[in-house]
Amino acid sequence: MLKNKKFLEEHASYCVDRLINKLGATDCEVVVANSVSETVEYRNHKIESSDRSDTLAIGITSYIGKRKSGTTLSYIDKENTDKMLAKVIEVTKITPEDQFNELPDKELLIKDYEDLSIFDETEIDNQEKIKYLKEVEDEALSNEGIIKTNGSSFSQSKTNFILQNSLGLSAGYKQSSFSYYTDLLAKKNGSGTERDYEYDSKAFVNELMKPKELGKTAAQRAIRKLNPKKTKTQSIPIVFEPRIANSLLSTLSSAISGSSFARGTSFLKEKLNQKIFSKDINIIDDPRIKKSMYSKPFDDEGVSSEKIYLVKDGILKNLKLDSYYSKMLNMKSNGRSSGLTNTYFSNGKKSYKELSKNLDKYILVTETMGGFGNTTTGEFSCGAAGVYFENGDNYSINNFTLAGKLDDIFKNLILADDLKFKYSKNSPTAFINEGLVVGGQ
Amino acid sequence: MRKSAIELNNIKTKYIKYMTNFFKNSDLTRSQAETIINDTLISKDDGELYLQDSVVESITLDDQKIKNTSYSKTYGMGLRGVIDDVVAYSHTNSVTKQSLLDASKNINSTLRNFKSKHHDKSIRKSNENLYSDHNPIDAKSLKEKIQLLHQVDQYLRSKSPLVKQVTASITAEKKIIEIIKSGGATFSDSQPTTSFRASIMMQKGSKNTQGSYANGGRFVFDEYINENNWKKVCDEAFRQAENNLDAKKAPAGQMDVVLNNGWSGVLLHEAVGHTLEGDFLYKKSTLFHDKIGEQIANNQITVIDQGNYDGGRRGSLNFDDEAEKTQRNILIDKGKLVGFMHDRLSARLTANKPTGNGRRQSYQHAPMPRMTNTFMMNGKYPREEMIKSVKKGIYVDALGGGSVDIVSGQFNFTVSNARLIENGELKENVEGATLIGSGSDVIKNISMVGNDLELDNGFGMCGKSGQTVQVGLGIPSCKVLMTVGGSKV
Repeated sequence: MLKNKKFLEEHASYCVDRLINKLGATDCEVVVANSVSETVEYRNHKIESSDRSDTLAIGITSYIGKRKSGTTLSYIDKENTDKMLAKVIEVTKITPEDQFNELPDKELLIKDYEDLSIFDETEIDNQEKIKYLKEVEDEALSNEGIIKTNGSSFSQSKTNFILQNSLGLSAGYKQSSFSYYTDLLAKKNGSGTERDYEYDSKAFVNELMKPKELGKTAAQRAIRKLNPKKTKTQSIPIVFEPRIANSLLSTLSSAISGSSFARGTSFLKEKLNQKIFSKDINIIDDPRIKKSMYSKPFDDEGVSSEKIYLVKDGILKNLKLDSYYSKMLNMKSNGRSSGLTNTYFSNGKKSYKELSKNLDKYILVTETMGGFGNTTTGEFSCGAAGVYFENGDNYSINNFTLAGKLDDIFKNLILADDLKFKYSKNSPTAFINEGLVVGGQ
Repeated sequence: MRKSAIELNNIKTKYIKYMTNFFKNSDLTRSQAETIINDTLISKDDGELYLQDSVVESITLDDQKIKNTSYSKTYGMGLRGVIDDVVAYSHTNSVTKQSLLDASKNINSTLRNFKSKHHDKSIRKSNENLYSDHNPIDAKSLKEKIQLLHQVDQYLRSKSPLVKQVTASITAEKKIIEIIKSGGATFSDSQPTTSFRASIMMQKGSKNTQGSYANGGRFVFDEYINENNWKKVCDEAFRQAENNLDAKKAPAGQMDVVLNNGWSGVLLHEAVGHTLEGDFLYKKSTLFHDKIGEQIANNQITVIDQGNYDGGRRGSLNFDDEAEKTQRNILIDKGKLVGFMHDRLSARLTANKPTGNGRRQSYQHAPMPRMTNTFMMNGKYPREEMIKSVKKGIYVDALGGGSVDIVSGQFNFTVSNARLIENGELKENVEGATLIGSGSDVIKNISMVGNDLELDNGFGMCGKSGQTVQVGLGIPSCKVLMTVGGSKV
């Protein structure tokens, strides 16, 4: 059973009270979170494992003036909690001062907010989880060329938390997530074995992709990879399918963090309010999307977060900011201390078909390996697999590299009009017609 | 590396003792716990209760300031029951009678339709004593550690005005575990780790470069974070960043690559190591599952995984997380595939003996076959000879991290530092390259093995199925044909 609000509040209040009134902290922040999750792993029509996890964690940040330190603990009997509270104060006293160490400005803290409906009461027990997975595997294995599953799994996770600080903040909410995947092995007519997967994850179980669709998508993906050829070293237009293109948003997220700007380690550090994409590109981060498991009405410092444009008409408009680095940059926190939330490119104007029509040849990238760009040096290099399109023909290729510079990739990016919300970062199909070099044989 | 791998058979005696009394402040007594464990596991093939009490202290200096001091505690237990190839696991951070009964109920519920054929109580007991049971956090005061990090910052910034950012950290962990099997057999271990890391950014005009290096292990603090050692770590981080300041675009395409010794062992770890983990053998998902006894590489190549490697290695354990003794396992012998790495489950399912490779990240995870310290034995070539033999290629003298798909064997690594080789001579620095290849090809494509085996400096972290464990690795310098992912056609 998930711990209720009262239980979490009592523990948080105990810590806040003791730190401020007994131990000499001038400020503090305490989060108490309980998470209960259950996972079933299933493989080739047989249960492989079950895992149940019930964890309670307390995170504490204490301030004495401009000195700050933190601790986390998972075991909350009184003796242990008191010992850890005393320890964090002892460490805070020794930690040197830093002028930017302080709680967020009170007026930025969350007050009232609309219920985002991100908790589903439904309980999917292990037998029901197995039913989902069986249906997925039945569908997947009915495809010619799928020889077996490399594993399938269904997880249900429920979390409840309370965040309190010494400015009087006390806020928290329940969250749920249901996710499942299947990973398939394909082999046909003496070919080598190829692997691919599909997964889905939602706050509400009835919004999950249907098991048949999930099994079928995974099967088609794995079969498409069969009999891969090699490709030669060349410069050629590159197309990222949506599940790859969304990594561009992860790379951007790390490049526009307050810390990398304040510390001068981002390749974009001089680019705020300057053009980094073509004028057709818009990037939005919206923490308030209803029923989305990535929504967060406030961040882990309790700062309220609103919908913002990170990039508008190609211009970098906003950074990912928490309290500490926004103070250092002389800006205001936008409630992104826990990171970005629901991030997406707005749709382009043309369809994939129209955009690919004029290309004699291109590579559709369906898988990458390794990092997706270094946000300090601005270099981009990774391993990849995909489909080679040339003169109306196409075939699977693998074992090649992609390399270039992130600023060129951003500058040359053209988006199709097929945006769908599926992950925390979402992109339409992305075309990079210039700027990437393929390394092959 | 002062000692060669072969010399290490120095077995000492370790008395098993209770290091943390997990039942002291609990309504659950040790004998009640043993009864519940017995009642649950007697009808299963295998299983155990795993208890953990660990404390981590971490101090980070960044931007010339102490950015973070933290002191965190992880405490809890996990009960596992196994029948045939089905694993039920339940864990909680409250060590109470009710929690253990709930865990037992969860396990029985998952396994109720399966029938145990043979309850296996046997265990290969360890009498290793590879590290002391000191508390590495108390080895130096927090004040001294803060002072040291400031010294590191000054040292690196004084090396060049182009150094624009320095991040340095010291992390120490004292981890106490206890494993209780059915029948009351109890195994307890205290596993210390300390590590030191330095990263820098340099800037010349509009060009940013990075360098990063670390050391760590199960030593006592002063043994390796002494002035000589931390300066070496800083010098290496500085060298990487400085070399890249004038680096040109790396070439693209297939070519000869000469890898330096030590951390380049990440090649072995990704390209070969993961594909020889026993769970992939019984699932038949690794490309090597039907290749035992076959020649899979040329006869220069011998690969070892050794969990009882002495000398404070990060991947070393007195016994693994199922209480099986760790040992030296030959995986590839002169090019022939001779063995896989097993936990108790994969060993039983493939009719092998456990090899001491059953590891887990924490009490929140069930164990699985993992690497410990994985390395390749020496060959005969000096590195200079390898470089001389290359017409066009690159010499890699710092690799970053990598990953592998064990089904296809496709792997990749990031190169932190490399130089072009032309007609047998080292030329300019090049940057921005990824190395890729397939495991089965790459071990065939290693054409020269060096005579300078070195283990890494102690910073390897390995992730698999959501679990991270610390590992060691090593390799002599090697010449190998691979695909280089640069941006110069």
